[in-house]
Amino acid sequence: MIRIFKIALRNLLRYKRRTILTSLLITLGIVLVILFSGLAGSFKTMMIGQITDSNLSQMQIHKKGYVSSIDTMPLNLTLDTKRYKKIEDLLSSHSEIKAWAPRIKLNAMLSNFTDTTNIRLNAISPEKEVLVCPDVGSRMTFDEKRDPGILLNPGEVIIPEKLAKGMKLKIGDPIVLVANNKDGSVNGLNFQVAGIIESILGPQGKEGYMHIKDAQELLRMDNPEMIEVAIRLHDFDKLEKVYAVLSSKLAKFINKKGMPEFEIHTWDQLSPFSNIAKMIDFMTITMKIIMIAIVLISILNVMMMSVYERVREIGTMSAIGTSPSRIMGLFLAEGLLLGLISSIVGNIIGLSGIFVLNIYKISFAFGRQDNLLLAPTVNITELLWVSGIVLLISVFASLQPAYKASRMEPVDALGHV
Amino acid sequence: MALVQIENVSKIYQTGDIEIAALSDINLSIEKSAFVSFVGPSGSGKTTMLNMIGCLDKPTHGKILVDGKQVDSFNRQKRAAFRGDVIGFIFQSFNLFPVLTAYENIEYPLVMIKDEPAEKRKEMILTVLDSVGMLNQKDKFPDQLSGGQKQRIAVARALVTQPKLVMADEPTANLDKTSSINVIRLMRDMKDKFGTTFIFSTHDPRIMEEAEITHTLVDGKLS
Ligand SMILES: Nc1ncnc2c1ncn2[C@@H]1O[C@H](COP(=O)(O)OP(=O)(O)O)[C@@H](O)[C@H]1O
Ligand SMILES: [Mg+2]
Repeated sequence: MIRIFKIALRNLLRYKRRTILTSLLITLGIVLVILFSGLAGSFKTMMIGQITDSNLSQMQIHKKGYVSSIDTMPLNLTLDTKRYKKIEDLLSSHSEIKAWAPRIKLNAMLSNFTDTTNIRLNAISPEKEVLVCPDVGSRMTFDEKRDPGILLNPGEVIIPEKLAKGMKLKIGDPIVLVANNKDGSVNGLNFQVAGIIESILGPQGKEGYMHIKDAQELLRMDNPEMIEVAIRLHDFDKLEKVYAVLSSKLAKFINKKGMPEFEIHTWDQLSPFSNIAKMIDFMTITMKIIMIAIVLISILNVMMMSVYERVREIGTMSAIGTSPSRIMGLFLAEGLLLGLISSIVGNIIGLSGIFVLNIYKISFAFGRQDNLLLAPTVNITELLWVSGIVLLISVFASLQPAYKASRMEPVDALGHV
Repeated sequence: MALVQIENVSKIYQTGDIEIAALSDINLSIEKSAFVSFVGPSGSGKTTMLNMIGCLDKPTHGKILVDGKQVDSFNRQKRAAFRGDVIGFIFQSFNLFPVLTAYENIEYPLVMIKDEPAEKRKEMILTVLDSVGMLNQKDKFPDQLSGGQKQRIAVARALVTQPKLVMADEPTANLDKTSSINVIRLMRDMKDKFGTTFIFSTHDPRIMEEAEITHTLVDGKLS
């Protein structure tokens, strides 16, 4: 076995320039895949992190039908205390779930006593919200003297920066919020601007924040009700699995009409960024297909040339009694070795590239956020997969030429005089 | 029993509508430890003859027995295995593997065909290298050797597996006069030393003289 690889290596070195060129081409393909999937992957992870950790949460439960009419933020599709209790019981029985938080989403009129404008509000329970969206405070600016541990007190609102600018509002200013409740009756309450929040991608990215108790009062809910339950897991990678379990369990809650009471969605069903994430995945797969094509074509080409140039040698091997399978093995080993050398070099260059990119972090702007830093990462399984595929394709591409070599008749291959 | 027995063998090549009888109705036997040459002008059927005996090709008609086996009935795979076991080959253009040293060329059949254990290999190789007088050249690659030296290594490669029979189709055609005689005499020495049967072809009169038994072919017939 070692002998076969030794002979294969010598034969590869025999045509140095050709071997180096082919190897470089394959190496380039591998480097591109590693760099691209490292960059795109870290971009995706970062954006998903931004969205799930600071605003949307990883998963949400609503009353059935809420998400399909989310644009109008309906106030009649609420979860009362009894239903919220059912959800809490379900969630607390799952060890994968780290935390959950109730929310109310509402539209209100905001007045600074001279002008009035419309505002979308996310009413939260601050102690619970920080467990579900740990970065929720990262986009907010508060008064310097304020205790940074406090996100939001009753009687306070945090307003989007654009709105603050338009309405000439500063931290500490008094405002009035006016809202219609689900019965159509109007109520207004006084608040103080406690902080300003930066926008983020998506419709939810331009929301202000208020305390859930204030929202319940403003909307004149006699009994506390909520609109959504936001959920965070210990391990984001288990999202699909937990989602499947929860949705099948939630489906068992049936209302009097025999229809399901609740609905559950993961972040990607709620955010337009999921399309960008899918696009990134698609591009990564495209890169891999291109790499596979490069490996396939270049190895096939080299191996066909190798067999063609060495007909007489193959004839000699066969004449002196080398079995067809050994001859085939020799050429397969040659293709495999070419793939192996290229993928080792490709991995080294690709990893160095990632390393360099991590030193000189790439900064870029996304939406209204600039100065996002990309720190590309690679995971080892991904590297092993890419290398494994390259090796597999190398052997696959060598199959036909190797088979051809093994089938040669020694009399024909040696050539008649 | 004879080592090689040929009964009513014909080989007919079909090219388009034309049939060429490269060999017609040959009967012949070759004894163990013989030193046999096939001679005749170009196109007389020498290569075809050696290919049949060497199990590289099958006859169109007739029967060939080598070492008691009816080799004309063998399939591809079996013929390859039989060649590896019983027959050694020396070629007109040496056909050494260019990426292997002289030593490794001789080692090739022991590793790739015979699966001999490493300890045994070294001794076998050094013995034949010594016999062909090439011990001091063993680490050179073929392109660093002269034609005569290459053919000595080829003789060593053919002998290292201790075959019963060595086939050599015009082994001296690419060598100068002195080297040719030397190579043929080396082959004869090896026959004496190891008892190996040698069958070679040539159209060179000086080489023919070295053979113990000479068969002459004319238009595919023995004369
Ligand atoms: N593969 C082949 N196809 C057709 N004709 C062949 C083939 N091999 C040999 N011949 C013919 O068979 C005859 C004998 O050839 P060969 O055995 O090579 O003679 P020699 O080795 O004595 O020169 C020649 O007429 C040659 O043209
Ligand atoms: Mg000939």
